[in-house]
Amino acid sequence: MPLNRKYIPIVVTILLFIVMFTAGSFRYTGFFSLQVLMNLLVDNAFLLITAVGMSFVILSGGIDLSVGSVIALSTMVSASLVQQQGWPPAVVIPLVLLMGAVFGTAMGAIIHYFSIQPFIVTLAGMFLARGLCYVISIDTITIDNTFYTAMAQTRIPLPGGSFLSISAVIAILVVAVAIFTAHYTRFGRNVYALGGSEQSALLMGLPVARTKVLVYTLSGLCSALAGVVFTFYMLSGYGLHAVGFELDTIAAVVIGGTLLTGGVGYVLGTFFGVLIQGVIQTIISFEGTLSSWWTKIVIGLLLFIFILLQRVLSSRRLTLKE
Amino acid sequence: MSSIMKHHLFWPLCVLAALLLFNLCYSPDFFSITVHDGHLYGSLIDILNFGAPLILVAIGMTLVVATKGIDLSVGSIVAISGAIACLSISRGADQNSLGLILTSVLLAAGLSLMLGAWNGLLVSGAGIQPIIATLILMVAGRGIAQLITGGQIITVTSTKYAYIGSGSLAALPFSIFVVALVLVIALLLTRRTALGLFIESVGCNPAASKMSGIRAHLVILSVYVFCGLCAGIAGLLLSSNVSSADGNNAGLWYELDAILAVVIGGTSLNGGRFYLTGTVIGALIIQTLTTTIYMIGVPPEITLVVKACVVLAVCLIQSDTFRAAIAARWKSRHYPAEKEMSRHAS
Repeated sequence: MPLNRKYIPIVVTILLFIVMFTAGSFRYTGFFSLQVLMNLLVDNAFLLITAVGMSFVILSGGIDLSVGSVIALSTMVSASLVQQQGWPPAVVIPLVLLMGAVFGTAMGAIIHYFSIQPFIVTLAGMFLARGLCYVISIDTITIDNTFYTAMAQTRIPLPGGSFLSISAVIAILVVAVAIFTAHYTRFGRNVYALGGSEQSALLMGLPVARTKVLVYTLSGLCSALAGVVFTFYMLSGYGLHAVGFELDTIAAVVIGGTLLTGGVGYVLGTFFGVLIQGVIQTIISFEGTLSSWWTKIVIGLLLFIFILLQRVLSSRRLTLKE
Repeated sequence: MSSIMKHHLFWPLCVLAALLLFNLCYSPDFFSITVHDGHLYGSLIDILNFGAPLILVAIGMTLVVATKGIDLSVGSIVAISGAIACLSISRGADQNSLGLILTSVLLAAGLSLMLGAWNGLLVSGAGIQPIIATLILMVAGRGIAQLITGGQIITVTSTKYAYIGSGSLAALPFSIFVVALVLVIALLLTRRTALGLFIESVGCNPAASKMSGIRAHLVILSVYVFCGLCAGIAGLLLSSNVSSADGNNAGLWYELDAILAVVIGGTSLNGGRFYLTGTVIGALIIQTLTTTIYMIGVPPEITLVVKACVVLAVCLIQSDTFRAAIAARWKSRHYPAEKEMSRHAS
């Protein structure tokens, strides 16, 4: 059966993940275990959640540079409200999520209604969110609230002696909901249509304005949720949390096979894109002699390869059409 | 009067003047310049000196933005260029030998030219969106810079190298002359030759300019090479000013500041017309803002909030839709009031 061309990038991503994981398993003792696999999820839960939101933005043909700052702002707001004001977490977490969603909505509205490039609006959002962190406090705020520490330390046992954290479970749920939303709801189809061609979507009578604003709302919400999960992970709020995180997120989405011009890609691909980044980090930590900056170089290289691959595939599709 | 107001430098200059005026009110000796050991000292000189790397990067960025592109990798190139120069000097036997300094500087400049060419080839040759093509180097570049420095901060003791960033020529900081030289070259090339027109036409419509015989690929490639070189020189200025290279933090956020400077200077991110002098004023505004915030004692990180508001406001003003919406609101707001008045009058 010939493979449908639109599945090539995602198949390449999944194969790459399998090859990297197998290579790691042969090279290092103790690499091939369920726990190493689960740790990929545990350590990258917040990246996964953010990348899911970013996938929708990129599928719609936009970009969101503010994700890292929104994560930092979420950790900061959570920490200051819980720790300094003594608010219960049951109030703080919904409030933080709402804040992220409103932040995203505002950016989406500016992007759509004033037709300014998403790049520059989310760049301003990035500055604003980072700056607001420092308005709250310049120093780290450590959290010792029992709820947060419980969330950080709870281990959900799995068969085979491995475990997952609550954050990882949240991330998997987010991925499942996102796959459903992207492929089986009207909103998902609108996003794909918008990314394919905004003009055509408009002429087809699709709610372009609503979809566009909702996409950024979703991304803001995902970033805020990632911020909450990040707070569980770090147990602190700090304005310098998740610096440069937007690049990791975009890289994960691109490595996952989503076309940056919008309209083509899968949320599942993003999932594997995140796992590939996790495997690179794990291999580098198992290797021991390699320094952490190799991660950046390898991710940059992968980014290059995947963009070139997309370029080749899409240009072949164009020539076939002609 | 209205012709003055319509001039593209009017608003940027107003903002700069307002900022300087605020500083003057806040601390009356802001404008005082003292002569010490034959060098000039003062806040204004500091703004020019510390703003020099940003102005350089922003000049290169202006040309890239004019072709409807963007270069996110300038921060990384700043770090790489500083790192390679410092590494080469620190390996030398005599750190003060002129030959060594020259080779190191040329090495750094050559490397940044190559990095710029890499960006340019990806954009013009492979046809990748500029923001994505330069994202690759932005991510990998920090890694490369840390690879060069070995994750450490390399310090050099060469006084000749330190001269580039912190020395003085004719009582003024040497870096100002470097910036002026680059600016003059850029202005001559773009305004006295047809190159500027080519760049603007490629930015407006690459296909149409190709039809009319402009080698759009070559124009785009050269613009990215120039931007890389500017970033490389800025990296040299930065690293020699502190006589050390930090792969992790050198040039951090530079791409954003440079884009901000370009936008404030009146160049639209949609490509086409560009204003190099506007960019220089934009960069000076950013540097003055930073200095002001340091001076009034607010935590410097709050600069980010101010920058966010500035960039948003400038973009909104540039947006046609926003201006139309405001104009409509303005009319509809006055209309009922007038009606009300006329009703009461009658």
